[in-house]
Amino acid sequence: MANWIPLWLHRLSSPPTFYRFAGTLLPWAMTLTVLLGAIALYGGLVLAPADYQQGDAYRIIFIHVPSAWMSMFIYAVMGVASFIALVWRIKLAEVVAMESAPIGAAFTFITLVTGSLWGKPMWGTWWTWDARLTSELVLLFLFLGVIGLYRAFEDRRQGARAAAFLAIIGIINVPIVHFSVNWWNTLHQGSTVNVFGHSKMSWDMLWPLLTMTLATKFYYAASLFRRVRTDLLALEGGKDWVRQIAQGEDTP
Amino acid sequence: MNAMQSFLAMGGYAAYVWPAYAVFFIVLIADTIAPRLRRQRLLRELRARFARQSTRQPRAGNGASPTPSSAAIDGERTS
Repeated sequence: MANWIPLWLHRLSSPPTFYRFAGTLLPWAMTLTVLLGAIALYGGLVLAPADYQQGDAYRIIFIHVPSAWMSMFIYAVMGVASFIALVWRIKLAEVVAMESAPIGAAFTFITLVTGSLWGKPMWGTWWTWDARLTSELVLLFLFLGVIGLYRAFEDRRQGARAAAFLAIIGIINVPIVHFSVNWWNTLHQGSTVNVFGHSKMSWDMLWPLLTMTLATKFYYAASLFRRVRTDLLALEGGKDWVRQIAQGEDTP
Repeated sequence: MNAMQSFLAMGGYAAYVWPAYAVFFIVLIADTIAPRLRRQRLLRELRARFARQSTRQPRAGNGASPTPSSAAIDGERTS
């Protein structure tokens, strides 16, 4: 009954098909990113009231928390794609895993820096070796490790397989980041937003946060599509479909 | 004007809030631009390679002659 799904997936995972598919979706993802991002910024910086405890400093939450969620989400995507790449040797899965790493590293870096800028006025320190902060820093090192290992090999596909292995091992860190505020005593506040239940946040603060979360999801899709397309051209450099694109397209 | 000033002051936390937003935008814009530059460079290289190949092709007589790098990739995959 569901026979069409593997066939459809198989077709989509062929590099020229995915190249066109990603190229069609890219402008839409980028438009949604900018639109939702602008709405979220207006809601978060202008419409939302100041926090009764933290004043206006809490407004860092509208970028800090979505970035932190993205750092874990992207790591999970990278881990799953790495697993598919190692088990089924699908070229597209390798590319998705390897091109997710720089985007994940970017979001993890943003999380750490914005968290530091938030921590200074609220906790009185830029940094502390607490469970949440340390595990997020480990996440950054894992992303950087995957990027570094991938680039350390002369052969790109061999490098991708080695880095995919590291990505799979490192996935153990994702639940550690998530549950660190519950498992250990920490300076970092617990979760305010609960997917299955009552969020401890008023709606006029919550909606900009959720809108920005959606915007970062679309951002990831757009950035990933852009990167994967370039990578597929590089990997399939000698093939006919690449020749047609390279010779037919003068502007990107 | 006054409303704008109080908005920019961020209740005294301007020195923390605005740098945080600046980092967010700078990092993401850099992440958007870097792959575009890479793509342009790659397309230039590919065009140059195809141009070299098409001048060589009449002598080789084989339209489907792969480039050295793609041959390495294909060989590596089948092994």
